[in-house]
Amino acid sequence: MTLQITARLHRGDFHLTLNDTLPTEGITALFGRSGCGKTTLLRLIAGLEPTRKAEIRFHDQVWQAGRWRLPVSRRRLGLVFQEPSLLPHLSVEANLLYGYRRTPAGQRRLHPEAVRSLLELDTLLSQPVHTLSGGQRQRIALGRALLTSPQLLLLDEPLSALDATAKREIMPFLSGLASRTGVPVLLVTHSAREVEQLADQVAFMENGRIDRVEPLREALARPDSPLFSDEGPASVLVGRLEETGPGQWQFITEPGGDRQAVRFEVSGRSSHQTSLHRLRILASDVSLALTRPEGISIRNLLPVRIERIEDSDEYRSTVTCRIEDGQVLLSRITRQSVRELELKTGQTAVALVKSAALME
Amino acid sequence: MPELSPQDWQAITVTLKLCALTTIILLVLATPLAWWLAHKRSTGRTLVQALVALPLVLPPTVLGFYLLLALGPRGPVGQSLEAVGLTHLAFSFEGILVASVVYSLPFAVQPLMESFRALGARPVEVAASLGAGRLDRLFTVILPLCRGGFIVAATLTFAHTLGEFGVILMLGGSIPGETQVLSVLIYDYTEAMEYAAAHRLSLGLLVFSFVVLVAVYSLNRRFDVVKP
Repeated sequence: MTLQITARLHRGDFHLTLNDTLPTEGITALFGRSGCGKTTLLRLIAGLEPTRKAEIRFHDQVWQAGRWRLPVSRRRLGLVFQEPSLLPHLSVEANLLYGYRRTPAGQRRLHPEAVRSLLELDTLLSQPVHTLSGGQRQRIALGRALLTSPQLLLLDEPLSALDATAKREIMPFLSGLASRTGVPVLLVTHSAREVEQLADQVAFMENGRIDRVEPLREALARPDSPLFSDEGPASVLVGRLEETGPGQWQFITEPGGDRQAVRFEVSGRSSHQTSLHRLRILASDVSLALTRPEGISIRNLLPVRIERIEDSDEYRSTVTCRIEDGQVLLSRITRQSVRELELKTGQTAVALVKSAALME
Repeated sequence: MPELSPQDWQAITVTLKLCALTTIILLVLATPLAWWLAHKRSTGRTLVQALVALPLVLPPTVLGFYLLLALGPRGPVGQSLEAVGLTHLAFSFEGILVASVVYSLPFAVQPLMESFRALGARPVEVAASLGAGRLDRLFTVILPLCRGGFIVAATLTFAHTLGEFGVILMLGGSIPGETQVLSVLIYDYTEAMEYAAAHRLSLGLLVFSFVVLVAVYSLNRRFDVVKP
């Protein structure tokens, strides 16, 4: 189940050179700085970027072979652009059903009722398009794309034109999208946050090339990952939430294999109890101690095993720790601390997690 | 108002037929051409754009002269037609129809191109990704969103064909019922010093053209190109 792309494309000074295979399961993020060619690659896959030098295969279908291109309308893909592109002359409902009506009955797997409830669109249907907010329009655009029962959903920075509130509003819909609809997603983004929150795999792009494609866990286990260039290293743990008291929640990690789950105390609240959540912990919020300290305000103290110690700059080191359930937790401490505590690879320690943010 | 003669009526029929057919043919031809000019960045684009605009600057006699050479019995088009058992196109209605299509081409292409540019490629890309084929996109996205552009293109083409004179005289002459359009008939009346008859038709044409333009522009203001 893959998407194979070989392409050479020139636009002025910009060159896109690809010979890659992208996974088509869950959400794959195409991550890179603006101008690295992410959007061009997405348009190439969609069939919107005219070039003769490309071979594109999706599973067993040929989408492009040199000059020959399968028309966009027959690739059966969903496309959501950066700005919500609703057709201005149609009502919300007509927009939503535009693609559904053009999908042969035998190929329809997602139906209006299901998509309406999944994206909570019912209240929007009767409103005129121009009265909707950016986030609401983007939800309609997403629903419209889903209603074609696409084989692949291409999202081109669908959140970047939205303000913070609208982002928060649409994020929960995106995070469960691939698993709930069974449609694989290719998400173009320049935001490390979005990758950490949504992606299962990441393809790193730079200067018109794909550097590497790896599972998010592996990408986050590298302290020098491009994801960390803005906010510094961070760990993302996957788990579920359990209410332990009023306003008190416990985050319970999903252990791999027969390992033991790790529990975190988190405050605040969440509306979605059932699905999997992601907990983001900045490496600079994690301190290390040799023994379990007493009389301390920090609530989350986790036994860890140190796997690697790397100097990140002149003063600081990034320590890669493995918590009991097998997930990676990064800690950023000063090089002086590493020396004084005599931290070594293979050693056990206690990680003090000062703050952990639930990603929603 | 004095009565119109049978010859006047004949010229009116030929003229309206010519204008209507030219408009229909040009809308069909100009739509893909204007889309290509508005959205494709190709090396041939400037060349095509210049070719399309040529009738705007060329004296109609020059255009008519070359069309006469090409479509006439000795021309490449005329000869090929005769080779397959048809007749050449000089001094025929079909001939002046071809001439009108060429002559009014920029008046159909320019407004369409402007309105396609204003629309942008996005709505069409959206429709394509939602499974709409070429014609489907034309009728469900481009046509309703660029209605203003189409109205202006159709009107200008119709009106410009109505005012055609030089090309028709060169290529079609003045054969009643075949190539004698209003503008040519007015010329003939004037030549023969029949000023009353010429005045009758001229005034009619003037009022008609003005009313059509006013009607269409006021209509078009309501149907302005919708900006997404």
